[in-house]
Amino acid sequence: MSTATMTGRPAARGETRAVPTALGGLLASARAELLRLRKWPAVWVLATVWLLLNLTFAYLFNYVAYATGSSGFSNEGVAPEALLPELLPAAIPSVLTGGMPMFGGAIMFILGALAAGSGFGWGTWKTVLTQGPGRLSAFGGTLAAVGVAVVAVVAATVALDFAASTLIAVVEGQSIVWPELGALAESVGGGLLIFGMWAAAGVLVGVLTRSPALAVGLGLVWSLVIENLLRGVGNLLSGVEYVTNVLPGTAAGSVAGALGAGAEGDPDGAPGVLTVLDGGPATLLVAAYLVVFAAVAALLMRRRDVV
Amino acid sequence: MTNTIVVTDRLTKRYGDRLAVDDVSLTVRRGEVYGFLGPNGAGKTTTLRMLLGLVRPTSGTATILGHAPGESGATARVGALVEGPGFYPYLSGRDNLRVMARYQGVSDQAVEDALARVDLSERGDDAFKSYSLGMKQRLGVASALLGEPDLLVLDEPTNGLDPGGMADMRKLVVDLAEQGQTVLLSSHLLAEVQEICDRVGVIAHGRLLAESTVAELRGASTLLVRAQPVELALSVSMQVAGDDAVQLTDAGVRLELPEDRAPELARALVAAGADIHEIRPSERSLEDVFFEMTTDQEENR
Repeated sequence: MSTATMTGRPAARGETRAVPTALGGLLASARAELLRLRKWPAVWVLATVWLLLNLTFAYLFNYVAYATGSSGFSNEGVAPEALLPELLPAAIPSVLTGGMPMFGGAIMFILGALAAGSGFGWGTWKTVLTQGPGRLSAFGGTLAAVGVAVVAVVAATVALDFAASTLIAVVEGQSIVWPELGALAESVGGGLLIFGMWAAAGVLVGVLTRSPALAVGLGLVWSLVIENLLRGVGNLLSGVEYVTNVLPGTAAGSVAGALGAGAEGDPDGAPGVLTVLDGGPATLLVAAYLVVFAAVAALLMRRRDVV
Repeated sequence: MTNTIVVTDRLTKRYGDRLAVDDVSLTVRRGEVYGFLGPNGAGKTTTLRMLLGLVRPTSGTATILGHAPGESGATARVGALVEGPGFYPYLSGRDNLRVMARYQGVSDQAVEDALARVDLSERGDDAFKSYSLGMKQRLGVASALLGEPDLLVLDEPTNGLDPGGMADMRKLVVDLAEQGQTVLLSSHLLAEVQEICDRVGVIAHGRLLAESTVAELRGASTLLVRAQPVELALSVSMQVAGDDAVQLTDAGVRLELPEDRAPELARALVAAGADIHEIRPSERSLEDVFFEMTTDQEENR
C-alpha cells in the first residue's frame, strides 16, 4: 500500500525545455548518452576486458617467454631474444593494433550493439525520442557517444602500452627509445578506424535486430568465425576471394598488418592481422565501412516505427 | 495562441490485414483533461504513439501544437508516458531523469523538482531495476513532467498501481489540471476517467465512437423510483415527467427528470396512494454508456 502523496504543485513553474535545433539536439543527445554510457557497468567491463587482453597478449606472455627463455602460447618457434624489441616503447606503433582487428574489434562490436540495441527492449528509445531532439539528432548523439567511448578506449590502450613497455625497458636495463611521433599517430589513427568500424557495425546490427542479445551473438559469430571460414574458402576458390578480400574483418586486419603488427602467417603474428590489402586501400575501405554502417543505422532509426 | 493542442484527421494505422486505428479524428483543447477511453487493444496506445511521432500513420494526419508529430517543435513541448515507463535499468531513478534532462537541455535542478512532485526524492538514488511497478510508473510521470510541457500524454498512468497509488495519480492529474495543464489521458478504467476528465473520446476496435463532455455522454440526469404497486407508480410518473421520459427497468421506474422535481414526484405518488420505497437521483455511469455504444457497434458490424 502506498503512502506516498504526489503533488502536482511545484513551488513555482519549473524550467521549460526549449525547442532544439538539429545541432543543439545532437549535442544535447551526445551529452545525455555520454552520461548513461559512463555510468553503465557493462561499458567498463568491456573496456577492462580489452585492456587486460591487450596487456596479456602483447606484453605479459611475450615477456614471460623472453624472461624464462621458453616459447609460449602465441609465439612458438620464435627465439626468446627476438621478442624483446617488440616489448619496448619504440615498438608501440606496430604492437598497438595487433589485437584490434579480431579480439578488440569483437569487444567494440559488443559495445556498439549494446549501446544501440538495448534501448528497444528497455523502451528507452521510446522515451528518448519523445524528449525533443529529432530522430537523427537523438541517434547521432548515440553514435557520437559511442565514438567518444572508442577514442577513450584507444587512448587508454596507448597509455597502457606505454606504461608496460617502459616498465619492461627499465627492468631489462634497456635504454628508452620513444616511438616516432608520425608512426605513433598513424597507428593510433588506424586503431581508431578499426575500433570505430567495429563499433559502428555493432550499432547497425543492434538497430537492425532491435535486440542486444541477437546482435552480439551474430556479431561474434561473424567476426570470429564466419569471416575466417570465408577466407579459408577464398584461398581455395578464386571467385570467392574477390569477396573475402573486401570484408570488414579483412580490411581491418590489413590496416593492422600495414601498420607493422605481426600477421597471421608469422610465427609471432596475431589472429586477424592480415596482409591481404595494402595500407592505403585498406584504410579507405575501413573508413568507408564505418561511414556506411553509421549512415544505414541512422536511416533505419529515422524511418522505422518505434514500438 | 491557438486553442486546440491536438487535432487528428482520419488518422489510420494498418498492420497487415488488421486496422489498429481506423479513421480517428479527435481534438484536444488547451487546458482540458481529455480522457481517451477504451478496452485493451482498442487502439489507444497506437493512436498516442502516432501523436508522439513514434509510429507513422498509414493514412490521415495529426497536428500537435501546430507541428507534425515527431518534429522537434512538437516533441519538445510534449511530455509523455506511453505504454509503461522505459528507463535504463542500471541507472538510479535520479540518473535516469538526469539523462532525460540532458536530452531536453534542462538543468539537474529540474530533475529534483520532478522527483519531488511524484514523491520519489528519497528513493531517487536506488537503481531503476529495484523499483516497484508503482515507483517505475511514477518515475515515468516525473519524466513526462520534466521541462514543463504544454501537453502531457499519459497512457494508462494507473497501470500497476495499488489503490493508494491510483488515488495519488488521480490527485496529481487534478492538481495539474487546476494549474491549467493540458492532459491527454488514456484509460480502460471508466470510473477513473469519469472523475477527472473534462472531455472524453471513446474508442473501440480502432474507431472513435464518440467524443464529447462526460456530462453529455452520460445524458440527462434521471430519477429512480421504487414504489408499489408498480403500475400505479408508472402511470403517476408518466403524468409528472411525460410519457416518453419514463422507463421501467429491473431496478425500478427511471424518469428523465431533474433532481429538484423529486419532491413533486413524491407528493404525486403519495396522493395517488402508492407506497414509496425509494426515490433517488441515478446517473448513468460512463460504463453503462460505454457498453451501450460498444454493443451497438457490435450489432452493426
